[in-house]
Amino acid sequence: MPERVIFDEMRIGDGGIREAYTAIAQWLDALPDGQLALKSEEAELLFRRLGITFLVYGREGGNERLIPFDVIPRVFTQAEWHKLAAGSVQRVRALNMFLHDLYHGAEIVKAGKIPADLVFNNAFYLTHMHGLDVPGGVYTHIAGIDLVRVSESEFYVLEDNLRSPSGVSYMLENRAIMMRLFPDLFARTRVAPVDHYPDELLRNLRAVAPGGMHEPTVALLTPGSYNSAYFEHAYLAEAMGIELVEPPDLFVKDGKVFMRTTEGPQRVDVIYRRIDDDFIDPLAFRADSMLGVPGLLSVYRSGGVTIANAMGTGVADDKSVYPYVPEIVRFYLGEEPILNNVPTYMLRDADDLKYTLEHLPELVVKEVHGSGGYGMLVGPASTKEEIEAYRGRILKDPAGFIAQPTLSLSTCPTHVENGIAPRHVDLRPYVLSGADVTVVPGGLTRVALTKGSLVVNSSQGGGTKDTWVLQE
Amino acid sequence: MLGRVADQLYWMARYSERAENMARILDVADRMTLTPQSAETRDSAWFSALEVAGAQEGYAEKHGEIDGDKVLHFMALDDANPASIFSSIRAARENARALRGAITTEMFEAINSTWLELRAIDDEVLKPSGRRAFFEWVKERAHLFRGVAEGTMLRDEAMKFMSVGLDIERADSTARLLDSKYHILLPSVAEVGGALDYYQWGALLRSLSAFRAYHKIYRDRITPIRVAELIILHAEMPRSMRSCYDRLMDTLEDLCGDSAPECERLAGRLQSMLKFRRIDEIFRGGLHEFLTDFIEGNAAVGGQIARDFMMVR
Repeated sequence: MPERVIFDEMRIGDGGIREAYTAIAQWLDALPDGQLALKSEEAELLFRRLGITFLVYGREGGNERLIPFDVIPRVFTQAEWHKLAAGSVQRVRALNMFLHDLYHGAEIVKAGKIPADLVFNNAFYLTHMHGLDVPGGVYTHIAGIDLVRVSESEFYVLEDNLRSPSGVSYMLENRAIMMRLFPDLFARTRVAPVDHYPDELLRNLRAVAPGGMHEPTVALLTPGSYNSAYFEHAYLAEAMGIELVEPPDLFVKDGKVFMRTTEGPQRVDVIYRRIDDDFIDPLAFRADSMLGVPGLLSVYRSGGVTIANAMGTGVADDKSVYPYVPEIVRFYLGEEPILNNVPTYMLRDADDLKYTLEHLPELVVKEVHGSGGYGMLVGPASTKEEIEAYRGRILKDPAGFIAQPTLSLSTCPTHVENGIAPRHVDLRPYVLSGADVTVVPGGLTRVALTKGSLVVNSSQGGGTKDTWVLQE
Repeated sequence: MLGRVADQLYWMARYSERAENMARILDVADRMTLTPQSAETRDSAWFSALEVAGAQEGYAEKHGEIDGDKVLHFMALDDANPASIFSSIRAARENARALRGAITTEMFEAINSTWLELRAIDDEVLKPSGRRAFFEWVKERAHLFRGVAEGTMLRDEAMKFMSVGLDIERADSTARLLDSKYHILLPSVAEVGGALDYYQWGALLRSLSAFRAYHKIYRDRITPIRVAELIILHAEMPRSMRSCYDRLMDTLEDLCGDSAPECERLAGRLQSMLKFRRIDEIFRGGLHEFLTDFIEGNAAVGGQIARDFMMVR
């Protein structure tokens, strides 16, 4: 691990500007006073008018929130991006092979590279998937790889999101809004476009239709308009020109899935689902659930429909499996991982537990099954009382936690109340698999708007930025 | 198209139309209070605003006696009253939000801006000096929404289900409005009783944007029977029951193609009633009875459309 020097993505210590930010720095220098504040207000107005909001769970009407948008873009050079993209693609290729293996021969377990109980006793391991061959061997059609940068050349993967990663609509809308607010800035820089993401997504989804059929019908399955990410579901369905369906819009008959349309039942071949495994089919999983399409799983198992992402991918992005990903890359691809893994202490292990309990003020501790930045301890940013309370939680169920050194996340210039200041950021590129494995040059940059904060989650006061990849 | 989506399009259009109609009705009730007349006549104008929306009971529970300002607030901005303009716009916008994939971005922006502005409005706008501007605003936003739909939507099923919703709602509203006034039509079918009645007729026509049309078409004094004829039977009057049903039948024929579902038959029966009956026949049989039959028949058409298109089994 590097010592804790914070890497500023724009400025070099002596006041110089890094290559990627040359144009941004010039632009910021030339901006009249107050211009950024003005444009930020304009951006907020646009987001609100366009209804680019997320719902706070379980409420209607007044509880739509905006995710704060920062108008200063985050920039990568072509060379930096090349490494990130290659590393992300490598990881997703290996994780797909890992998933296939887990649900078939489990060679990696036999080879002793990963403990059997970690996989087979994992709550996200789905026995329903055992022996099932999915089209193209693709499990995670859409993956979001969460990355942080700590120095000029070092990137760490924090987490692989292989179930139903969200946020890509912000990548697309942030760009659209930036182009509307600052057309001149785009006129003098060469920023790689991201608008073709929905086309790429559709191409990949069509490629995994059952039996390689032509002209398959693809539909996006959403839990409904009260889901927090509904805007994104509607946005993607519209951009791809496919139907946005809710579970009651679908039914199963004669081993096929149909939508209820005004002209009668219409067959669906590929379902891009934005709904959790547990809620897909009440017959198979939760009988108490009102969500879901009864019988869908049996059609899936007999190959009558493709579900993307596949069922049971959660076993591969679990925090307890995460430490093994570098080994997974080596095992299936015979390559060295391009991106780093954060060293991780597994508290199910007695030595790791001991070390962690002795070093809580320096570490970040996370719940194995947690997400969204909830329920984690950021040691350096916590009070003694908070640390002691967390210690109690760990001792109750050590296997439910992992610990990692606190990374010094890189910072980007960010518009704040009194001007421009560095704030910590992360990055989520979206990797698509199906026809091939690709990444659109860009992603979702999340920024911790509070000074010194390392928590970038939108549920905890984080914002987003447009992410640029410069073309040569 | 998904049955659920068709249903949401239909209701989005209905709620949007409903908000506009209520603004018209309240506008007219308010104007009536500006002319010298008995308290009874004044109250009846406000009462019909409640009656048209079926909100008499809800109002009575909350406020008791009829009071102009209270009725106005209840029917315009009360978020707990499902029939208020506020609730209708909220419902239209909620449907639009769920429909984002099926309508154009411009349409969503139009209805969303309306909603955001409405939410920022406070009771101040209902003060006597501000009301007219508020009613105008509601109407303008409804015009804008229809205009944006007209100018940006593909001429496909989605557009047709919106059009169906609009015409069912408008026909219902026109019939209810006329029905709520039938008692003042009763005593003098041929003659206008006096200046007060003249205001009642004028108000009714104005709330349907038909005051000028009346004079253009009849070039004569206002008589109750002609008012009823214009509002029920006249094909060229855009808010008449007849014109709603002419458009509805055209749309249904497009939607149904060669299949002839039950809704087309039910709607056709109502249309022929409006097409071939004469106004004196209607009065002989009883205007109230005629309108009640129509309102029920219209609701049945709406229900049947839902069964034929939106609830696929």
